[in-house]
Amino acid sequence: MSDDIYREIILDHYRNPRNKGKLLDADVSIHDSNPLCGDEIDIHLKVDGEKIKDIKFEGRGCAISQASASMLTEMIMGKPLTSVKDLTKDDILENIGLLNLGPARIKCALLSLKVLKLGMVKYYADRDPDSAKKLQSDSTGM
Amino acid sequence: MMQKGALNVEKIREDFPILKRKVSGGKPLVYLDNAATTQKPLAVINAIHDYYMNYNSNIHRAVHQLAEEATIEFEKTREKVAEFINARSTEEIIFTRNATEAINLVAYSWGRTNVKKEDTIVITEIEHHSNIVPWQILTSEKGAKLKYVGIDDNGYLKLQEYVDYLDSGKKAKLVSVSHMSNVLGTIVPINEIIKMSHEKGIPVVVDGAQSVPHMPVDVQKMDCDFMAFSAHKMLGPTGVGILYVKKEILEKMPPFIGGGDMIKEVHKYETRYNDLPYKFEGGTPNIADVIGFAAAIDYLNNIGMDKVREHEVELTTYALDKISRVRGVTLYGPRNSKDRGGVISFNIGDIHPHDLATIMNDHGVAIRSGHHCAQVLMERLDVPATSRASFYIYNTKEEVDIFVGALEEARRVFKI
Ligand SMILES: Cc1ncc(COP(=O)(O)O)c(C=O)c1O
Repeated sequence: MSDDIYREIILDHYRNPRNKGKLLDADVSIHDSNPLCGDEIDIHLKVDGEKIKDIKFEGRGCAISQASASMLTEMIMGKPLTSVKDLTKDDILENIGLLNLGPARIKCALLSLKVLKLGMVKYYADRDPDSAKKLQSDSTGM
Repeated sequence: MMQKGALNVEKIREDFPILKRKVSGGKPLVYLDNAATTQKPLAVINAIHDYYMNYNSNIHRAVHQLAEEATIEFEKTREKVAEFINARSTEEIIFTRNATEAINLVAYSWGRTNVKKEDTIVITEIEHHSNIVPWQILTSEKGAKLKYVGIDDNGYLKLQEYVDYLDSGKKAKLVSVSHMSNVLGTIVPINEIIKMSHEKGIPVVVDGAQSVPHMPVDVQKMDCDFMAFSAHKMLGPTGVGILYVKKEILEKMPPFIGGGDMIKEVHKYETRYNDLPYKFEGGTPNIADVIGFAAAIDYLNNIGMDKVREHEVELTTYALDKISRVRGVTLYGPRNSKDRGGVISFNIGDIHPHDLATIMNDHGVAIRSGHHCAQVLMERLDVPATSRASFYIYNTKEEVDIFVGALEEARRVFKI
């Protein structure tokens, strides 16, 4: 069971996170944490036209939360916002290859998605209030 | 396997139905999260069952037979609690929901009456959030100050800091300190703290949530003014806390929660409050669980608290030795088992405590990971979280071995 979770790729992203750091000219920066575990994630986004031009994350916490964040940044770098907007929990769990997490650990895996959604809520707040509203409701209960 | 030690653990384990259960696909449960809450012996479960089956009713108010039986049993627990910590009388024993509510009762009732602008309340860096937040609320409301006594790198309280503080002529209105840390296990020199505080006329609140369940505690010998603890950490049910307060202090305290049960007479615009301790117990209490708690106290008395402590010192010494041999482990808190309770906090390599707990769970081992409601202490230790194993009367050296084996397994999974 543990061997299925802590596969090479998860440990690799945990120990060598991709796109980790600050983004000084970010269009949106957002932070959230998981009070249960104390996992923390900050996401910084630079948007160019309708594409994610750059993304960086900062954070600390368990291997699942940090690897998931690292893998999320790789997944959406350069992607159009319209597709990123509709990312689901299952997309993330598939992306990190962890489909059988228990309810406590799923929160770790989804923290970065939640922060990303909250970031896009901020981005869309004035530009597209309807999308902002939908993203907000997506992010609750994550 | 025969275990020669302070307790007949094999026999004790028979009394705890849950310890027979299997977890994580057939592994025996190794329950090492006792600092969070302990398991319950059958006697406690049966006492609660018996109350609901046979004499469920509200207490203190009715004259029918069920109410009388329930009232008698409820008040019996109060007597047992008073005896257990050697209070002078049952008037000094107040039932709350938990230790947290007990400390809040002190902050709201005694605190709001006595603490004024610019006063100082002294606590320490090892405190549980329940002994920090109520004082933050009170001091910010009153414009008073909060002062922390620090700890050294081995997890011992820097008593000298408090001595120096008092010697410098600075005043404190109240000291509130945990008798035993729920993270480091550190047992603080409580008698000295109380003695030097009383010399300056400062009353002392003792958070006994971790000490009362694990060692003999005598409030008269200690001479504390207030003490808070929770039934659920000492074989009892959840939903029952105890606040001990010296009678002469309690007599001057205004009520906490207003309503039924805490009154003698209510008129349109005024109320005469009930006698001690009922004045502080507004509303229908947790009758079933208070009654269940008596069975827990009986159980501990049968074993003897000195034996409980002896068993835990033995097990902690064994565990500290074993864990410290695992490569990559960092241990927090005193190394000498005489100075600490059976609570062991540690980290291992770069494995986050939550990942470690997941791996442990695969082996049937229940440990706690996180900040343990002690974020001030985590900041002092400069770690985001720790893993924690904590023992009680039913834990064995064989379980420690399973736990240490699982630690080695975690090193393998994480390739360290
Ligand atoms: C030292 C200490 N104080 C207070 C508490 C609070 O106990 P409760 O949650 O039962 O109110 C705990 C429980 O974790 C504790 O360990």
